[in-house]
Amino acid sequence: MTMTDEPATAEQVSHTGRPRLRREDPALLTGEAQFIDDMSLHGEIWVGIVRSTEAHATILGVDGSAALEIDGVTEVLSGADLAPLWGEGALPCAWPVTDDMRNPAHLPVAVGVAKYVGDAVAVVLAESRYAAADGAAAVSVDYDPLPAVVDIEAAVAEGAPLVHEELGTNESYTWPLIPDPEAVDEAFADAAHVVSERYVQQRLIPAPMEPRGVIAAPGVANGELTLYSATQIPHILKVMTAVTLGIPEHKIRVVAPSVGGGFGCKLNVYAEEILCCALAMERGVPVRWTEGRSEAATATIQGRGQVQHIELAADADGKVQAVRVKLLADMGAYLQLVTPGVPLLGGFLYHGCYDIAHYSFECTSVFTNKTPTDAYRGAGRPEATYAVERAMDSLAVAVGVAPEEIRSRNFIAADAFPYESCAGLVFDSGDYQAVLDKAVELADLETVRAEQARRRTDGSNRQIGIGFSSYVEMCGLAPSRVLASLNYGAGGWEAATVRVLPTAKVQVITGSTPHGQGHETSWSMIVADKLGIDPDDVEVLHSDTAISPTGLDTYGSRSLSVGGTAVFMATDKVLDKARLIAAHQLEANEDDLEYVDGAFQVKGTPAAAVPFAAIAFAAFTAHDLPDGMEPNLEAHVTYDPPNFTFPNGTHIAVVEVDTDTGDVAVVDYVAVDDCGNQVNPMIVEGQVHGGVLQGAAQALYEDAVYNDDGQIVTVNLGDYLVPSAAEAPAYRLAGHVTPSPTNPMGVKGVGEAGTIAATPAVINAVVDALRPAGVTDVTMPASPQTVWRAINEARGGAS
Amino acid sequence: MIPASFDYVVAESAEHAVALLAEHGDEAKLLAGGHSLIPMMRFRLATPTVLVDVGRLHDLRYIDADNGTVSIGALTRHSELEHSALLAESAPLLASVAALVGDPAVRHRGTLGGTLAHADPASDLPAAVLALGATIVARGPGGDREIAASDFFAGYFESALAHDEMIVEVRVAAGDGGWNYQKFNRRAQDWAIVGVAVADAGAGVSLVNMGSTPLRASAVEAAVAAGASAADAAAVAADGLQPPSDLNADADYRCHLARVFTERALKSAGVA
Repeated sequence: MTMTDEPATAEQVSHTGRPRLRREDPALLTGEAQFIDDMSLHGEIWVGIVRSTEAHATILGVDGSAALEIDGVTEVLSGADLAPLWGEGALPCAWPVTDDMRNPAHLPVAVGVAKYVGDAVAVVLAESRYAAADGAAAVSVDYDPLPAVVDIEAAVAEGAPLVHEELGTNESYTWPLIPDPEAVDEAFADAAHVVSERYVQQRLIPAPMEPRGVIAAPGVANGELTLYSATQIPHILKVMTAVTLGIPEHKIRVVAPSVGGGFGCKLNVYAEEILCCALAMERGVPVRWTEGRSEAATATIQGRGQVQHIELAADADGKVQAVRVKLLADMGAYLQLVTPGVPLLGGFLYHGCYDIAHYSFECTSVFTNKTPTDAYRGAGRPEATYAVERAMDSLAVAVGVAPEEIRSRNFIAADAFPYESCAGLVFDSGDYQAVLDKAVELADLETVRAEQARRRTDGSNRQIGIGFSSYVEMCGLAPSRVLASLNYGAGGWEAATVRVLPTAKVQVITGSTPHGQGHETSWSMIVADKLGIDPDDVEVLHSDTAISPTGLDTYGSRSLSVGGTAVFMATDKVLDKARLIAAHQLEANEDDLEYVDGAFQVKGTPAAAVPFAAIAFAAFTAHDLPDGMEPNLEAHVTYDPPNFTFPNGTHIAVVEVDTDTGDVAVVDYVAVDDCGNQVNPMIVEGQVHGGVLQGAAQALYEDAVYNDDGQIVTVNLGDYLVPSAAEAPAYRLAGHVTPSPTNPMGVKGVGEAGTIAATPAVINAVVDALRPAGVTDVTMPASPQTVWRAINEARGGAS
Repeated sequence: MIPASFDYVVAESAEHAVALLAEHGDEAKLLAGGHSLIPMMRFRLATPTVLVDVGRLHDLRYIDADNGTVSIGALTRHSELEHSALLAESAPLLASVAALVGDPAVRHRGTLGGTLAHADPASDLPAAVLALGATIVARGPGGDREIAASDFFAGYFESALAHDEMIVEVRVAAGDGGWNYQKFNRRAQDWAIVGVAVADAGAGVSLVNMGSTPLRASAVEAAVAAGASAADAAAVAADGLQPPSDLNADADYRCHLARVFTERALKSAGVA
């Protein structure tokens, strides 16, 4: 990557743009890193949560007598007992997408009615985690079952039982984005080809390596509270805890210790956080809770959960004129922090990376008696990409051209950027055709297609399928005033401080909160390159509101393009001040100075140079600074980007389907991603590897299965199939760089790209393999049994 | 995911373990590798009040071959079966099946005796010893007795062991004629949705996860013995069986898979 405003000389080694091992890893790999469950505080008490075993039921009574017999169990509290702790305060939803959105009150512990399996209905306090678990298991709750709403299409049918009786409907909101309805209708009326498809996005359980955990520690003397939480969002959590519980915000400190992944599920304000804080403040002792793996299946938000109807109107050549989408989105029983906004994040992208003139999107979001949904890696964008990429393959079949050809005919042209989309966004940069060409070449498509043809002719029981997925996503949600127009409850900025210490070591304080992404490594590389120092001389501090008071945290692939840019700009400010000090010492005009190899020199005169270390020390001693200059070398920047960034790419999956068993093996996987300039290509690669496997997991493995009564049946990692390294395809990656003009580093973001691209690539490949057998769709996950039944059904046999 | 409380005692010898089992009765369980028992305890599907740890009985970790018989100590780890040169030569089916159990962590802890005593119909190694016609040696208060593998698996997670008996050794006839194991699952670490073990060129055929116990596919064996082709013999693999339905497979699909993989296993084992 090129740092634009301080061009590197030939001698200067650039760290950014080269793979660099993550400084985070030694502590993580040796077990030295401290996660919530590694901590203990003197006098702490444990919370065990009694969770509803019914999907929908009136709570007739809570009997804790047997639990209280257990050694170490001190109290059993019902939702009604706890209600005074939060008064009217309910768990927050920060994204009221429409003014008339229905948002039922959501208490941390249910009172009166339990609304999903896993809903907290009572709390056990105990002296140990074991006693808390035994106690919770021993509490007896008397339920009177009510009819459960499980399926989202059934939820909106006439006469459906209601999740929230008082609302009179299961619909939370309807959000349309239809700039010109008549033009859409005309395009469909005039179309030579119309593709109309229905897809189901199954619910997914996020399953980060570390489940959630909370410790709330009161400072009794001064009314203070420290909240330790396995969260992605300590800053947002601090504000929300203050608002929800009425604790003065300046008395709250939130710390996210080492956090073992999140994928969006730790981007929330959870019942257990509010519960532990409220109890800690009331009791004056630390109160803690650690989530179990099975507990996490229902106590932590789930992802996806949509039924999509997508229609494409195309001319005779397959050029798409209009896209029309109707979405039913599953909110679950309550609206969590950004639940209602998730479908909207995809709502701008159902035209994919195609130049389509007319757009119609409408989302109706419904309540069901299931765990709330919320952001999960990609959040709305994987769903949108899946629908349009599957539909484009159907269009290719209808037109009679190859999948890469239908895409090429519709791509936004490289010279069209900045491109204003039919949904109203301005895409920053890209060359979608070049990216696809590179993927086609890397996949050696000709050879694969020849082998595919051979096996089709031979009637082999190992059929080959090739699946394309070209995607574009919107990252770095911003600017803040655009988020306001979407009713989003926060801004889109990020904060950074760069502080030079007296010995010329550097502290970076970032408002981005890493939970596995490697911010410390990447941020140190950015600063080191600008200052001409070693990345190991840059310390990166984060994740504790006492150290990093200002920030909006890590989600939506925003960290580098927003938080990294703030670091970049703060370093510039430090250099600006350093330049003034150097000019003063050299008795030169600052405009005559250049910064080379970590020293300021008069242009072309290396003999007269002031090294960075000398400037740092001079700023500290303040013995000889320019008149009126404050001592020390430190700068703070809050950066609000002017626009989103738009990472894009083309992925190609090659699968082999065993037609005897329905088993699908991904035998080749090519990913060409344009995430703009790359700071640490090793981290980019890791994000794509993990992202692709997570996307392939939705295609082939993962499914949060509920039965008709609303009971979830996939509550452990034996039944909920998170794939392992053994299932990972042998990825072949390539990059294509079109720097984003949105930010000075030209970066776009890569945290979700793989997940967004992989799901449709894999399913398109499975369908491609089976198209000669008459299969046109396979529901997700495409398990062996599902694929086998699809083959049988297409052959006209029993399904 | 927190087990109920339990007591824990360490057995100093097989005799000591048996005495401890006799002392504590039905509520005591042997703990060997723990990779089946402890997860069940964490889900509270098993709530033994006493665990008798036999994991330190290293004298029961061995693989010997003598006079055409391979003897394997009950505490031999799956990874030791997997990597044994002796076993690769004298009972290659067993080594090959061991290599497909769980993941490396499971294979480094799990023991042959443990997986047999656990009697999970979805486990790999029970089906392998069944196909091989193994003999299982159990030690009880009155000494040792030999149990034929075909008599060992009594029901769903139930074996022929009395509550105060433990497996000390497994014996199989040495031989490497015509064997194969087909394991069908969705993730490498998972139990088989269906598995088929073939020993001795189809003389021994057994099925994984097709009923409440690992099953001997006698109809297939008879067909092979009568000279049927692999395809014809496999066609009867699921006859009369009532396999379970679960998230991965309904019963009809399981029956289909049993036929598909029996044919593949027989062909790989050299049955035409």
